[in-house]
Amino acid sequence: MSENPQMNVPAHSVPADEGWTSVITPHRGWLDWRLRQLWRYRDLITLFVWRDFVSVYKQTILGPLWHIIQPLLTTITFTIMFGRIAKLSTEGVPAFLFYLSGNVMWSYFANNINKTSSTFVGNAALLGKVYFHRLVIPISITLSNLISFAIQLGIFLVFFAIYYFHGANVHFTAWVFCVPLFLLMLAGYGLGGGIIVSALTTRYRDLANLVALGVQLLMFATPVIFPVSAIPEKYRWVLQYNPLTPVIEGFRLGFLGAGHVTLMQLGISFGVMLVVLSIGLMLFTHVEKTFMDTV
Amino acid sequence: MSDTVISVQKVSKAYRLGQIGGGTLKEDFSRWWAKLLRKPDPFLKIGEEHNARKIGEQFWALDEVSFNVKQGEVLGVIGRNGAGKSTLLKILSQVTMPTSGQIKIKGRIASLLEVGTGFHPELTGRENVFLNGAILGMTKPEIRKKFDEIVAFSEIEEFIDTPVKRYSSGMYVRLAFAVAAHLEPEILICDEVLAVGDVEFQKKCLGKMQDVSRGGRTILFVSHNMAAVTKLCDRCALMKSGRLQLIGPTNEIMQQYLKFGAQGDGIRVWDKFDNDEIRIHTLKILGADGAITGHVDIRRPFTVEIEYAILRPIPGFRLALRFIVSDGTIAFTASDSADSAYETKPSSSGHYVARCVVPGELLNEGFYSLNLSADIPFKKELFVEEGVLGFSVEQTGGVNARFSEKWPGVVCPRLKWQTRSVGDKSLQLQEI
Repeated sequence: MSENPQMNVPAHSVPADEGWTSVITPHRGWLDWRLRQLWRYRDLITLFVWRDFVSVYKQTILGPLWHIIQPLLTTITFTIMFGRIAKLSTEGVPAFLFYLSGNVMWSYFANNINKTSSTFVGNAALLGKVYFHRLVIPISITLSNLISFAIQLGIFLVFFAIYYFHGANVHFTAWVFCVPLFLLMLAGYGLGGGIIVSALTTRYRDLANLVALGVQLLMFATPVIFPVSAIPEKYRWVLQYNPLTPVIEGFRLGFLGAGHVTLMQLGISFGVMLVVLSIGLMLFTHVEKTFMDTV
Repeated sequence: MSDTVISVQKVSKAYRLGQIGGGTLKEDFSRWWAKLLRKPDPFLKIGEEHNARKIGEQFWALDEVSFNVKQGEVLGVIGRNGAGKSTLLKILSQVTMPTSGQIKIKGRIASLLEVGTGFHPELTGRENVFLNGAILGMTKPEIRKKFDEIVAFSEIEEFIDTPVKRYSSGMYVRLAFAVAAHLEPEILICDEVLAVGDVEFQKKCLGKMQDVSRGGRTILFVSHNMAAVTKLCDRCALMKSGRLQLIGPTNEIMQQYLKFGAQGDGIRVWDKFDNDEIRIHTLKILGADGAITGHVDIRRPFTVEIEYAILRPIPGFRLALRFIVSDGTIAFTASDSADSAYETKPSSSGHYVARCVVPGELLNEGFYSLNLSADIPFKKELFVEEGVLGFSVEQTGGVNARFSEKWPGVVCPRLKWQTRSVGDKSLQLQEI
């Protein structure tokens, strides 16, 4: 470029191609997930996780106690409704422990999908002002939920110990070592499903309402409040095709010694999770570049 | 080696007008269902052509904009509302993508499109510094290193451990700007950040920005504050209706900008309001014949008419107009507080029209720009906008018309001259 002022623009020179650190173009591939860039934002992810935790703690009277009260109340309701009144089988496991285990796992998945599904619409103000890797938001949500999961798992273990020492028919099995894998899968499903919905809600606002309902219905197609064995042969296929089934059953098998899962089922479920997550990432990548124009 | 750090190449951005997409899943589904049954689109208005996505209705917010910015340069981007400045900055800061064209960047880029982005009201000042810093792209160690400096700059040391929801708006903005000012990107993009805080703090921000640019970093600065642009920027880009009109040295562009305001039609209408006390609706320049015009006759009086609404009573309310010459000199300030009726001027809620008559044979020929402000003197600023409207004073046979040259000077009043012979005494000029 010359030193002279560029009056009446068109005389425009394109500098030589050298040392550019980034290029902004209108097109971005579906597979251009920029994961390396995401890693650079790890500090922001931890700060978001911490903000979510601290702000809940500061805003409410009971603070983190909510992490405990919510699953306990649900579990008590389930125990009365399904255990006492409907008298559903729990495969010899104390009903309270059975429902609590299902609840703890399920609420991790449900919270992930429900909260990540509003990533774009819910954070439009922030995302419209400043750029950071958009996946920071759903990932930090998934990690925040992991904190409440840890608290709830602690509660579960306390009750497990109480029941165990009172001679209830519960025991750990080797599957307990797979719990981190189960969590990873629930996180993957929640995140994948959530970002699919978040990408679609930039176009279809009413989808967000559908998600909460869908997740609730999905719970009844997953062995959360009943074991697979309690379902008549005729309907069992619903549960068998549900990729979340092996995760929940496996968790129960690990902690309570009751449940049915094979490595094969788990492997398939893991594969499906990767597919869901990939579709999510593709849609997310596709939408993130222009969603600010439509939200 | 080229020292160009930003190269914008034929960047365009189109927005779709009107309703975007189908809106809801239900609508899209019904539309699909109707199509399947070969029925007409249920959401199409009668008589409307079938153009489900209305592809034709596009609005080009940016139209083939190209320019380069060199390392260490402070480039001002000016232009009226809707000229495409903000869109350009949004694309540069990657908030949205261009429709076509490309931008190449050398170095880390940080944008300050609005201060305080991502502040959480429940968190303390200290916590928000870390959160906001990270949102703006700093790492934790970087923020920790700068923390004391940030707090000192913001002047709110005592309240740093108080939740920001208890802050006054001034404190909030100061802290937010302090964080932003201590970012150390190679390229900084600022949009209207100086339009916040009190005058003292604004000066401080301006100073900080100057330091930043002296440090060899590149700044892109969008503002309506012409004084700030003139002070800060070496070069300016002038945008109009999505196109880059001119780019060059600030003083030259500034003159063009004010001139180009004069090509306006003598009326300015506001449709966005961010004030719940007063809303300025229109400002018009009326020629001697009462018609709206952007070109006034040098010999005859003209009127500046301001239509506004007061939303809740504002006792002591004052309007002021400042007439600026194209080199930035203030010709004069006119305020309704100078009028004898000021004390009894109505200030209760309602709609008002204020008129200020500027006599003929006062302003010299040339281009002028108006600044408009509304305030309660010494108490509160209600509305300030620079470069509200430009107009030209046209030579039609004024005082200086006898010879075809433009007389220097801001004003060009017709003064009385009398010349008489005083014999052989030395010549004397006397005003009667």
